[in-house]
Amino acid sequence: MSGADIVLECLKRLEVDTVFGYPGGAVLPLYDRMPAHPEVRHILVRHEQGGGHAADGYARASGRLGVAIGTSGPGATNLVTAITNAQMDSIPTLFLTGNVMRSLIGRDGFQEADITGITMPTVKHNYLVMRAEDIAPTMAEAGYLAMTGRKGAVHVDIPKDVFIEEAEFNWPDTISIRGYRVPGEADPAEIRAAAAVIDAAERPVIFAGHGVIQSDSAEHLRQFAEKGGIPILNTLLGLGSIPPEHALSYGMMGMHGSYWANHTASSADVIIGLGMRMDDRALGRFADMNPTAKIIHVDIDPAEHGKNLPTLHPIVGDLAQVLPQLTEAIESRTHVEWIHWIDSMRNEHRHSMAVPSGSELTQQFAITKIAEFIGPEAVLTTGVGQHQMWAAQFGHVSRPRQFITSGGLGTMGFEVPAAMGAQVACPDRAVWTICGDGGFQMTFQEIATMVDERLPVKMAIMNNGFLGMVRQWQELFHANNYVSVHMSQPDFVKIAEAYGIHGIRVTDQSQVEDAIREAAAYPGPVIIDFQVTAEDNVWPMVPAGAALSETIEGPVRVG
Amino acid sequence: MTTMTPAPTSHKHTMSALVENRPGVLNRVASMFRRRGFNIDSLAVGTTEEEGVSRMTIVVEGPPEIGDQVKKQLDKLIDVITVEPLTEQESITRELALIKVAARPDQRREILDLIAIFRAQVVDVSQTTLVVQLTAAGDTLDALIENLRPYGIREMVRTGRIALARGARTTATHQHEPEALRRFHQESGRRPEGELPYASK
Repeated sequence: MSGADIVLECLKRLEVDTVFGYPGGAVLPLYDRMPAHPEVRHILVRHEQGGGHAADGYARASGRLGVAIGTSGPGATNLVTAITNAQMDSIPTLFLTGNVMRSLIGRDGFQEADITGITMPTVKHNYLVMRAEDIAPTMAEAGYLAMTGRKGAVHVDIPKDVFIEEAEFNWPDTISIRGYRVPGEADPAEIRAAAAVIDAAERPVIFAGHGVIQSDSAEHLRQFAEKGGIPILNTLLGLGSIPPEHALSYGMMGMHGSYWANHTASSADVIIGLGMRMDDRALGRFADMNPTAKIIHVDIDPAEHGKNLPTLHPIVGDLAQVLPQLTEAIESRTHVEWIHWIDSMRNEHRHSMAVPSGSELTQQFAITKIAEFIGPEAVLTTGVGQHQMWAAQFGHVSRPRQFITSGGLGTMGFEVPAAMGAQVACPDRAVWTICGDGGFQMTFQEIATMVDERLPVKMAIMNNGFLGMVRQWQELFHANNYVSVHMSQPDFVKIAEAYGIHGIRVTDQSQVEDAIREAAAYPGPVIIDFQVTAEDNVWPMVPAGAALSETIEGPVRVG
Repeated sequence: MTTMTPAPTSHKHTMSALVENRPGVLNRVASMFRRRGFNIDSLAVGTTEEEGVSRMTIVVEGPPEIGDQVKKQLDKLIDVITVEPLTEQESITRELALIKVAARPDQRREILDLIAIFRAQVVDVSQTTLVVQLTAAGDTLDALIENLRPYGIREMVRTGRIALARGARTTATHQHEPEALRRFHQESGRRPEGELPYASK
């Protein structure tokens, strides 16, 4: 069997049914064999970064392995942003690249890049496969690493002539890597110790992160929180682990979290971090993130313990197993006074996270209407910036894998290709993407892919003619010194026409609901150009470097 | 977390890591240290009793609390099998130095007497120089070097620190593996990834 056939056979063994890719010289032998393996659907993207984000969105929407392919040199380097994005958010992804022939490696051959050298610091692991007989064991190991433990991006680089070389297909029966252990249950002694702290708490709070979603543990989270009577805050990527309607759900914390969430985090006596990595955007200034609270931190990656904050009880394990252990170990309790305190704070401060009144077309209004219309069964992706934060605040995220956003890396241009990947993974769900006018222009070439593949993604552009979040920071922290932040825009409706899809322009609040209905009813992809207010700011806000307890609720000059 | 005594601001942490002897493993370790801002004081790599497994002795300089993160971040690398922090008291540490010191024939006796105190050896001699070799703990090397400095050190080279735990304790988990698993690891661990055109033999 040729190396190319081995690769495709391996993908089938890994239960991969879809790959996003872009051909080129070094991967020609691989593409040559694709017709012989029709079980693996290849989606031809328009840019490798789009292919990488699509694989990422596919994985986030489905929990399955996302796969993207690029050729050597520029094809591979174009994947780097997508690889880094997937790794930062621990998304199970496999990136395959071709490289120049073995005899040319190291000689600066045409379209040669030392791509394994480039991706080394941004992947969970990577491989350069120099013999066809090594492909199957390597692919098996790569898939295993991507999908187990703390999931992540794995990259396999294969020289062109290795695709052509003949070898036996030697798929390994078992995988064992000396330096790699997959955490499961937590140490019972640690569980007992943590449970004692939780039982003794007067003001406990849960920080529920992406790990709850990645380990499919939302139901375990609910049971744990209900038994302990513990309020839940979400990180950005943890949204969806508990529905907003739940009595113990208090929404998002962090830089643009609610006033009540941030003050709850700052006032708790016991913090239970679940599958989250104590990120600066979620916690504000580390030194003043509730320094007196006892911290219990459950994570599958031991290196997250003590990385940013000293932790009283680090617990290593898989939440799918640790949460039931913890639930079993804790006493059934309520925290009436504490919950009442948070509730009354929420009632007093609700105004700072409400849709602005008035007749102007704001992003908050448009996003609220979209969320109301599409409901939690749809998938909602975002780019990065103001629209992302408003989507997090007003998207009414209620179920795991509903909300897909670039958290760690903060990649503008993620929205459109990620939505495309999510639509491939979930053909029966409506997929909407809230786009920034800046980010949209980075990757909208993938509309052509959507047209080819009949992927009816609805793209809602929050068009304010600005790089909104950058402008907000220039306004607040650089004394209104707007530099390179105003953008002229193309006619987005004409772009829709050029791609042969449907385009709608919305300039007034009164048109919003009709436009959403019209887009949803249209069978193919749609662009809605929401021409929103230009200079709104996202509130509340914790200025960079401030503590969560210093949350600012509304327009005041900062610094 | 509090400590009773004021901690020193900087501290040398010695990590002993067993790693898969695969292409790029040194790059992975070095890349992680650079990325995380850990300061490598010295790094020594060599083979072990197990085929396909190398031992890296890494000395990291930084505040006392950094040791735990260095260990965990190293352990997170797939090609790193085990990591053990070694303390001065519980381990033997050695470095090797070759020092070419200026020595006229009439100074040789004096220098030989001096290095005898350190149990160093002369491994090369010329009309104007001696090459002195010493294997010892780092501070002993420092002391010898200081004592030779007045004669004029023409050039010198030092290895990184190597260290091993004292007593019967070992970090070699592969020794406890069932034979079949050990063979599997030896085969997959040493799976040759082919030769690059310029690969050294």
